[in-house]
Amino acid sequence: MSMNRSAVIFAWLLLAPALLYVAVIVAYPLVDTFILSFTDASLKKTTEWVGWVNYEKIFNATFAEVIIRTFVWTFFSVAIKMIIGTFGAAMLNTAVPGRALFRVLTMPPWIVPMAIGIFMWGWMYNGQFGMISGMLQRFGLVDSPIAFLAQGSTAFWATIITDVWIGVPMVTLYMLAAMQAVPQDLYEAAWTDGAGRLYRFRRITLPLLVPAMITMSMLSLIATFNSFDIIWILTQGGPNGETTTMIIDTYRTAIGSKKYGEGAARAVLICIFLSIFCLCYFRVTSRLSPGEKR
Amino acid sequence: MKTPAPLINRYKWYEMIGIYCGIFVFLCFVLAPFVEGFLVSLKPLSQLFSSPYRFIPENGSFEAYRTMWVSVPGFGRYIFNSFFISSIVTIVVLIMVVPAAYAFARFEFKGRGLLLAAFLAVNMFSGAVLLIPLFRLMRTLGVLNTYFAMIVPGVAFLIPSAIWLLRTYMMRIPKELHEAAYVDGASHFYTLRRVILPIAMPGITVVAITTFIGSYAQQFIFALTFNAKSEYMPLPVGLYAYFGRQEVVWNELMAASFVGIAPAMIVIFFLQRYLVSGLTAGAVKQ
Repeated sequence: MSMNRSAVIFAWLLLAPALLYVAVIVAYPLVDTFILSFTDASLKKTTEWVGWVNYEKIFNATFAEVIIRTFVWTFFSVAIKMIIGTFGAAMLNTAVPGRALFRVLTMPPWIVPMAIGIFMWGWMYNGQFGMISGMLQRFGLVDSPIAFLAQGSTAFWATIITDVWIGVPMVTLYMLAAMQAVPQDLYEAAWTDGAGRLYRFRRITLPLLVPAMITMSMLSLIATFNSFDIIWILTQGGPNGETTTMIIDTYRTAIGSKKYGEGAARAVLICIFLSIFCLCYFRVTSRLSPGEKR
Repeated sequence: MKTPAPLINRYKWYEMIGIYCGIFVFLCFVLAPFVEGFLVSLKPLSQLFSSPYRFIPENGSFEAYRTMWVSVPGFGRYIFNSFFISSIVTIVVLIMVVPAAYAFARFEFKGRGLLLAAFLAVNMFSGAVLLIPLFRLMRTLGVLNTYFAMIVPGVAFLIPSAIWLLRTYMMRIPKELHEAAYVDGASHFYTLRRVILPIAMPGITVVAITTFIGSYAQQFIFALTFNAKSEYMPLPVGLYAYFGRQEVVWNELMAASFVGIAPAMIVIFFLQRYLVSGLTAGAVKQ
């Protein structure tokens, strides 16, 4: 059908509501954040232009630390998610009885309200009475209770594990879909040649999975970088700021201390990182997509 | 399914054991918090706060499921709020997304690819980054501490994946249908309403379900920041206020959590087929 003018106009009319909405609620705030970051906006009535002061302020010792911590946190979370998710997908991709049920059972962490899953972890990490510490003591692995969320090093890993837990279902189901898209005749050909199951997995499945793995890692990276709920509910960035990521720090500054200007400067920095990830994502997926038929 | 498994899918006994062990370990990780949470909800408080740790409750009861209604006075209201907010969000998202997805799926116009990418990019910025201007925007609009403060930003961040998902579905509707209607003299709008919408209904249903679930699962940061009135709080934030107290009554909190997630669980079991395809399709690049 030829796309005449009326069709194009109609298409724009169809798009207009969604477009306007996103422009007002996402694009405008994005611009506003940028502008605010150069002001000393706070609860007081007047707002003054302060130039680069907010940016100079955030590059003190602690914020550099926060940036590094955010990257380390995100890296480990994404890496563990990918490993567990791919492992789970490989297990669920087998033709064993009950797999349909097992697939459904992987979904709950993703589907239930995030905060509620986090409450459950909060209890499990409880030092005196929680499950993990209790089990470890029972099996004689540790002598005394561990309050996971009360010490910086364990709280850091505890928040990562919870983030992994929430992200794993998505990774698993995505990788499972990718595994099922691998042409069956490749396996059959290899099987006829006498290749064993593990060999087939290593030499056929894994190499063909690389594009999906890259795509998923990127998506997961962006989501994890934005992660707020988990750390906020479990530790609020503590103890001693040892689980404070950039998002948490921004929230504290902007909403907690009402320093909108300084908070906005932090948010701009996050946006810059996210844009870089986003560009990488588009770059990578457009390069991968010719081979990927989905 | 009833035909015998092809030889390639036959497993040796040790392979079977290995696979089931793998699945068991994997599901243990995924489900442990739910199992533990449920058992905690059955334990009396005195047993909960005693060492050594016991996994299985002794003389467990559903007592906490009764007392929680008294200890968390707003509980019924929180659940209602969660449902109410998610329903409105879903309706608003559908109203905007159905036409937009159709435009992306069927019409060619300048800047389509770029626009689609722009919508996808919205997904990359979580609400957390935009909280400050959003807060000011909500204050200017005068909707702080109302349902709107949670609905308005919630909608914006669910639009992109809904468009993406529904567009994929609509592209599978044969072009000929559209053309036939057009040749018969139907207007674009008539074609959309009378030809495309009825056929796209299953796809729209999937989008509605995933949007609802997404909205139900992610009510936290906006509700935490833009609303301070407990009568408007959705369940996660309502329980968070309760969770934040000095003495957490864990068995009641877990009982409340389980009642709160029950709707989501029911949805999973009845609609899982749609969910798996729906949720993953949104992430798979077209």
